[in-house]
Amino acid sequence: MIALDDRREEGMQASTQGIEMKFYSFTEQSYPDAWFKDADSLRVSLPNRHCDPEVASRLYNRYLDEWMLADELGLNIIVNEHHATATCMSASVHLTLAILARQTRRARLLGLGTPIANRNDPLRVAEEMAIIDVISRGRLEMGFIKGVPYEIVPANARPVAVMDRFWEAHDLILKAMTTRDGPFSWEGEYFQYRSVNIWPRPYQQPHPPVWSTSSSPGSSRALGARGHVIATVMTGYRAKTVFDEYRKGWAAAPRPAPTPLDRFAYMGFVAVGNSEAEGLRRAELVKSYLETNTRVAEPYKHPPGFMAAADAAKLFQRVGWRGAAHMMATKDGKPLGSAAQGSVADTIAGGLMFAGTPDQVYDQIVDFYRATGGFGHFLMMTQAGPMEHADTVDSMTLFAREVMPRLEQFHAAAQLAA
Amino acid sequence: MLDRSNFADNLTDIAGARIELIERGSGRPLLLLHPAIGIKGSDPAIDRLARSFRVLAPSHPGFGRSELPRGMNTVDDLAYFYLDLMDALDLREVVLAGLSFGGWIAAEIAIKSTARVSHLVLADAVGIKLGDREHRDIADIFTTRQDEVDRLAYHDPKVGAVDHTTISDDDALIMFRNREATALFAWSPYMYDPKLAGRLHRIRVPTLLLWGASDRIVSPDYGRAYGARIPGAQFELIEAAGHYPHLERPDLFAQKIVDFVARAQKSGR
Repeated sequence: MIALDDRREEGMQASTQGIEMKFYSFTEQSYPDAWFKDADSLRVSLPNRHCDPEVASRLYNRYLDEWMLADELGLNIIVNEHHATATCMSASVHLTLAILARQTRRARLLGLGTPIANRNDPLRVAEEMAIIDVISRGRLEMGFIKGVPYEIVPANARPVAVMDRFWEAHDLILKAMTTRDGPFSWEGEYFQYRSVNIWPRPYQQPHPPVWSTSSSPGSSRALGARGHVIATVMTGYRAKTVFDEYRKGWAAAPRPAPTPLDRFAYMGFVAVGNSEAEGLRRAELVKSYLETNTRVAEPYKHPPGFMAAADAAKLFQRVGWRGAAHMMATKDGKPLGSAAQGSVADTIAGGLMFAGTPDQVYDQIVDFYRATGGFGHFLMMTQAGPMEHADTVDSMTLFAREVMPRLEQFHAAAQLAA
Repeated sequence: MLDRSNFADNLTDIAGARIELIERGSGRPLLLLHPAIGIKGSDPAIDRLARSFRVLAPSHPGFGRSELPRGMNTVDDLAYFYLDLMDALDLREVVLAGLSFGGWIAAEIAIKSTARVSHLVLADAVGIKLGDREHRDIADIFTTRQDEVDRLAYHDPKVGAVDHTTISDDDALIMFRNREATALFAWSPYMYDPKLAGRLHRIRVPTLLLWGASDRIVSPDYGRAYGARIPGAQFELIEAAGHYPHLERPDLFAQKIVDFVARAQKSGR
């Protein structure tokens, strides 16, 4: 692990580094026809008889078209994965990225991410990532994530000591990607290989940039210590705390201050319209993600050991088996209620949603950026659930043409001023 | 990893681990191995058994207030831990009684060595795989709603219901340590060792299988099949009890063990 640190320094690619702000277009590739109001769970246990492969085929191809449009518009691309769910048909980050590696030309291809503690074979992750990086000529951004609790059951991954397994997989993947004089052997606590020697090696040297997600102080500091890009997803103004904790880990490593803004990424919703009404109508559609995201049956929310026992006990005493709601707050800390039930206005006030006319969206993002201390990567959920292709295309296009160039200028100026 | 316990008091250093150990009564030692839900000093079966035995009821490493030594993560490890514990305490002629998950540990101990064990009691024990690959024998507590788990586990589900609004901080922490430790040892294969069924024939001490008649976590038929693999094992049902007869019928549970040991003594075993 220690030996890798030097290489990782070199590994920060110019493409990820620097003063340029980057924008990434995201959809979970959902199957909204099965978002039944009365379903006990949209995840894990919803039988796949509700998935019509004809509909799925049309949707996959449409979502890929929208990412190809993102590429043309100068946006970058972010892909995720979940399993056994109508909320996200992408069961493999790598499969989607492999298609896009070939079909796009310019976009950075961010997988956020591969749940490496849930995968039985991290070596295979390294191999597939390297292939994607080579085919895309070095456009891969490599995200490794712990994942959400309800991924544990479909993965059958033991939920105890997940982060120990995560870091071992992480170390193995990076060693596999950076070793030029292999094969080497690996006999770890969780993974054993007799001969590691990946072909091809990655296009980016010594390996593609590494990202991860975090919303907790401990894991934020751990990422800061390693210098990986940290993304925080729909945490609203709490993102500032997440970034500040990262800065502590960065400083303690030690790494030279200040922490560059290209280490920080925030994901929110974006819905742009030609009028405010149109933007807000699109916001309503994309916000459907929040209402369905946590519709998951109780037992899948609580894999034993996924959370520290002391934290799980406190949560249980507070809310029983129901699980915690995702609560929003304004910039000044005023409670806004749960994200699942909030209005579009609430999600805007909470820093989850950026919606309206191009001017309004620009102002909202700048305001949020300032309140959280800034970030070099903005990840945008531009499509969710029932939002149709025409709305998605128009919203993405308006963003790319009328919001993005101004934000790029703003970000560059903000950094120069600093 | 499992958090190192905050409960520094009353832990006993034994066989390489710091564990919580309830000890009560005198006479022949009875090592009581608890189920995945843990054990409390207030569980009435302990006092009932302590009228006839010197009861030793440890919390397994990682469970209750017991610490988890680094590297311990299989039921095999737990079985060796208890073999070491019996050596360390120089226990002889032990009645080894395991409940549910504790029954699995007891069976794993007994296939290794019964040098210090005179009698084996398996109550609603898990640990073996009987059904085909498309049917599980043991209800999956980790993908089942808690109220449904209680319904399957108890003759009277009210016995097991936990009210999150009134549970004490300590009990809540222990409950989640127990869940985590259970997943550490029994996540997959779920609640069984593929090798165990084929090794049960090695058990040569008098063995009693006790089963709650209303157990729907693991059925009485599973218990009968378990017993059929252990030479000379007896099987007895406990009516009006589910997966935890020591909680629902503590008197009867204790009496059946006392009678079994007396019977086996009389017949010279």
